[in-house]
Amino acid sequence: MMRARGLAFWLLLLPPVLWLGLLVIVPHVEIAVLSFSERVGPRLYEFGFANYLEFLKEPLYWRTYARTAIMSVLVTAITLVVAFPVAFYIAKAAQGATKAVLFLLCLLPFWASELVRTLGWMILLRETGLVSALLQATGLAAGPVELLYNDGAVILGLVYGGLLFMVVPLVNALDSLDFSLVEAGFDLGGSRIDVLRRIVVPHAMPGIVAGSIVVFMLTVGNFVTPALLGGKNGLWFTEQIYAQFITRFNWPQGAAFGLLLLVLSSAIVWIGLRLTGQGFGETMRRG
Amino acid sequence: MGKPTRAWKLYVACFYLFLFAPLAVVAVFAFNAGQYPTPPWRGFTLEWFVGTGALFGRPGVLRDAPMLASLLASVKVALPVAGLAVALGTANAFLLERHDFPGKALLANVMLWPLVIPGVILGISILAFSSRVANGLEDMLDADLDFLRPGLPLVVAGQLSFILTISTLVISARLRRFDRSLEEAARDLGASAWRTLVTVTLPYLSPAMIGAGLVAFLMSFENFNTTLILVGSDPPLPVYMYGQMREGASPAINAVSLVLMLGTAAIATLFALVQRRAD
Repeated sequence: MMRARGLAFWLLLLPPVLWLGLLVIVPHVEIAVLSFSERVGPRLYEFGFANYLEFLKEPLYWRTYARTAIMSVLVTAITLVVAFPVAFYIAKAAQGATKAVLFLLCLLPFWASELVRTLGWMILLRETGLVSALLQATGLAAGPVELLYNDGAVILGLVYGGLLFMVVPLVNALDSLDFSLVEAGFDLGGSRIDVLRRIVVPHAMPGIVAGSIVVFMLTVGNFVTPALLGGKNGLWFTEQIYAQFITRFNWPQGAAFGLLLLVLSSAIVWIGLRLTGQGFGETMRRG
Repeated sequence: MGKPTRAWKLYVACFYLFLFAPLAVVAVFAFNAGQYPTPPWRGFTLEWFVGTGALFGRPGVLRDAPMLASLLASVKVALPVAGLAVALGTANAFLLERHDFPGKALLANVMLWPLVIPGVILGISILAFSSRVANGLEDMLDADLDFLRPGLPLVVAGQLSFILTISTLVISARLRRFDRSLEEAARDLGASAWRTLVTVTLPYLSPAMIGAGLVAFLMSFENFNTTLILVGSDPPLPVYMYGQMREGASPAINAVSLVLMLGTAAIATLFALVQRRAD
């Protein structure tokens, strides 16, 4: 039941309205409007689709966009595959203190800044780096090996950055799996693959969806990892946005790119939720 | 329960090695007595922390003026972000948990949006909007509105746009578990609404408020994407480090990273202690 609202209510309503209005909604309307304006003269702009046509015309732009999308899907899939056995181990095989410690250890590296983690990978992977030195010392390589500045390094860095956001929701989902179901599956003659596919994975599905959505989003929007581990070959769409906005000062073009990236990221979130029939709020709170 | 096979255990062990290897090499090579944070190991030194630069041509982190300036810029951003995140997050929690109004579900949903918007896009949209407002107002008022131009105040606004979501969620979750009969008891004993809030409800909420403040501080300190777009002439630490890392490798960057990791660990420990006391 609603009572007459006092001053306190209106005072409480003010900050979130200002926050969401002035820092989230109106600014996004602003870039949407900006993205449909084209320059017709000095300081003179008109409504038009020139920025989107430019995106389609220039192969560097749409290829970088497609590349970002495809590699992000790939990174999400690899992250899931890498994280799943670990999450399953933490949730079902480890017990007591070991379980708590393993779980905590998973969280620790992610308290460190993204830049620090990327720096670590640069030291490991560069031509004069640790992995190259180890390969030479063990005779697996004749000379220095450059492992940095290629797609493999970018994917490695992005998977690393996504692991936490995959492991945690997976552990949460798998925790409630009743192990007797798995045993029953085996008793009924199911192979490991059968049990995994028909019992474990369906049970973990809410965690898989939540983790994949978050990892995809973070990957698509990443800037540091492709730029530093990929170098000139990094080619991530966020860099194109940055270049248009900051380097070239072509804001309408940058705004169009920004909106395109937002559409990509939101579409995947939406599809993920639709496919599995889960709500936005609950998935986000779980993540 | 499942009996893990040896291969499975080995995989999990490799996973943790993979997880900690990058952090370990960052820490170790901060003490390398050479020009580069790479093998071979040239001996142990503290030069990259406290050195004057006489030995390697570059001062240690604690004497490196631009590095310290960027650290200061980060603190100047993180403190107001943390303070505002706690104050406004608490207010939001009361609005969401204690009031019913049309559009509440929508508001609660919109509050989550900043979590699914890439940081770079939050940055450019706030930059574009604040520039338009500045252009309009400056013509009208005939004055310079520097706080609406790229710089630390705008970085605070940009970071707050999504950190506020986190602090609101954390504080709301605790307020939801609060037993309201305690407030009724206080009122029955003659306390005013304000006194009840200050002596009963807020103390109960304080662990969540402190936790949200620490998390907000860390998130602000480590934020890169939104900050990069909105930064002016004085870069906070992550933006400064990024520039340095693009220029080339030096154990000095490892040293500042290690300082950063230790600072983070201290805050994370504090956070864990506060949470434990609350439970």
